[in-house]
Amino acid sequence: MLGTQRKERIDGLAESGGDTTAGVSLAASAWRRLRRSPTFLVGAGIICAFVLLALVSPILAQHDPALRLLEEQVSRADNRIPAPQPGFPLGGDQYGRPLLSRVLLGSQQTLLVALLATVIGLGGGLTLGILAGAFGGWVDTLVMRVVDVMLSVPSLLLAVSIGALFQQQSQFTVIIAVATVQIPIFGRLLRGTMLAQRASDHVLAARALGVRQRSIVFRHMLPNALGPVIVQATLMLAVAIIDAAALSFLGLGAADTSTPEWGQMLGSAQNFFDTHPHLAFWPAGCIIVVALGFTLVGESMRDALDPKKRR
Amino acid sequence: MLRYTVRRLGQLLIVTVVLSVLLFGWLRALPGGPVSALLGERATEESRARLVQQLGLDQPLYVQYWKFVQRAITGDFGVSTGVQPGTPAMEVFLQRMPATLELSVLALLLAVAVGIPLGYFAARRQGGWLDNLSITWSLIGVAVPVFFLAFLLKYVFAIEFGVLPASGRQAAGIDATHATGFFVLDGLLTTEWDAAWNALVHLLLPAVALSTIPFAVIFRLTRASVLDVVEEDYVRTARSKGLGAMVVRGRHILRNAMLPVVTTIGLQTGALLSGAVLTEQVFNIPGIGQALSLGFQRQDYAVLQVVILATAMVYVLVNLLVDLAYAAIDPRLRTR
Repeated sequence: MLGTQRKERIDGLAESGGDTTAGVSLAASAWRRLRRSPTFLVGAGIICAFVLLALVSPILAQHDPALRLLEEQVSRADNRIPAPQPGFPLGGDQYGRPLLSRVLLGSQQTLLVALLATVIGLGGGLTLGILAGAFGGWVDTLVMRVVDVMLSVPSLLLAVSIGALFQQQSQFTVIIAVATVQIPIFGRLLRGTMLAQRASDHVLAARALGVRQRSIVFRHMLPNALGPVIVQATLMLAVAIIDAAALSFLGLGAADTSTPEWGQMLGSAQNFFDTHPHLAFWPAGCIIVVALGFTLVGESMRDALDPKKRR
Repeated sequence: MLRYTVRRLGQLLIVTVVLSVLLFGWLRALPGGPVSALLGERATEESRARLVQQLGLDQPLYVQYWKFVQRAITGDFGVSTGVQPGTPAMEVFLQRMPATLELSVLALLLAVAVGIPLGYFAARRQGGWLDNLSITWSLIGVAVPVFFLAFLLKYVFAIEFGVLPASGRQAAGIDATHATGFFVLDGLLTTEWDAAWNALVHLLLPAVALSTIPFAVIFRLTRASVLDVVEEDYVRTARSKGLGAMVVRGRHILRNAMLPVVTTIGLQTGALLSGAVLTEQVFNIPGIGQALSLGFQRQDYAVLQVVILATAMVYVLVNLLVDLAYAAIDPRLRTR
């Protein structure tokens, strides 16, 4: 009787001291906390909903978003834009194209632009960060000077500068411009985490065992340095969507507007904001919600991966 | 400390030189070029050639760059060809800089004045309604595109309710003396109170729009930092020594929690300058942000050069000053 009580007390002590399950990895314990975080669940729910929307939007959209179906109701002279009507629940845009179909199908391009820009930015940053973090010395100095110079230009200025280099603006140039801004951010972050790894005991042990440099970098250092990078990438998806919208607003968005994208729709609605704010509200609302989703997921992942909060 | 300062100044020099080379190469890689921007598509070959020679565009690139550096050191960045044709580019920059600076400083003040106290109180009552409300607010603030928020504020407060002006820096009817170019400061210096007030009212909406992202960052960092510091041993020691709550709050918690926040405030300069480009466009404020977007549209090389180089240098310089201030606040860093 007394024995079981004591055992329970000791078990209770052990539990309060740390994990009872032996050897839970950081990723596993992070995932366990993530599943219980309301922030993460809301964010993940938003992202899932929008990805689903992007997948089924071709079925939901009743009209071709490029067709000027309501063109006869558009009037430049008295600033008239097609009102909501049967078959067109949100009316038309400034060219008489169906607004609802454009908002629905815009999810595809918007997510694609954000994803591609972040993947390219991540790829560039990974290359720079691995070079600097893995080799150190003069390679590190050189790479970090380049990164410093890129970071010394305010982000939007850099994106605009890159976008302006192209003769004809398209979705591709927007992606490149947004990605360029992300390269130095990822590069600096990854270098920091790689440097921390380089000094760690398990890398020293691997080196002492005679493991090849390439294998140390890719099998021992990189996997352990990726956590913060994944968090940053999630946050960057939100930034990419907003940056793409800012580029469109400044007139550096895709010139061809037949394929709808929310940032571009928002940017081109600026001249109608005072008289027809709904043209901006729909794409802006979508951008805000989806950007919020990525931010929530990124922030909760950051919290979950923080070893200080590991319990 | 001195060695650290010298090393950081050396870094600043390297960044400036590399940036000027990159900038120079970039400007020449732009499509079109200043000649067609100035003369239009239907210019005669003769007038084109004359302008090319006038602008020095026919010489080899390294000669052009060397000339550019020589002139840049004396503050001569050429003559604006598109933004304010005929005016020296440096003058265009200097004329417009006060408007942007005024706007950015007010936005940063708003962000700091709201973000730091809110971050502190949110952390002290972690999980309370104020904490949850301000976190939600800061998350949404980051997700809203700055220019959309600017439009929204303008629509609600300037157009629907008409309580605040929709654009510009000062009402046209006001007879104000402009000595420094900072309209609020001018009004205060010349004791033209109505002019100062009018300029301030014009700044309010753009500054609020511009302050959202710096606010969110400063708020969240203050909150996280206070949460970290509260659990430190020295705070417990200070409490157990019987020090008053006010002393512990001010000297032990707040002072230590402010260290990372100070660095972030420096980094926000970049966000402010990026945001200013968008906000100035919405509220039609003749600052350097507007000069930039006009410069891109009209391919004004001279203005773009001076504006980009100057903003980047301001950014690097502010961060240098912040790092030095950081070392001054935190004695632990001085020995390194």
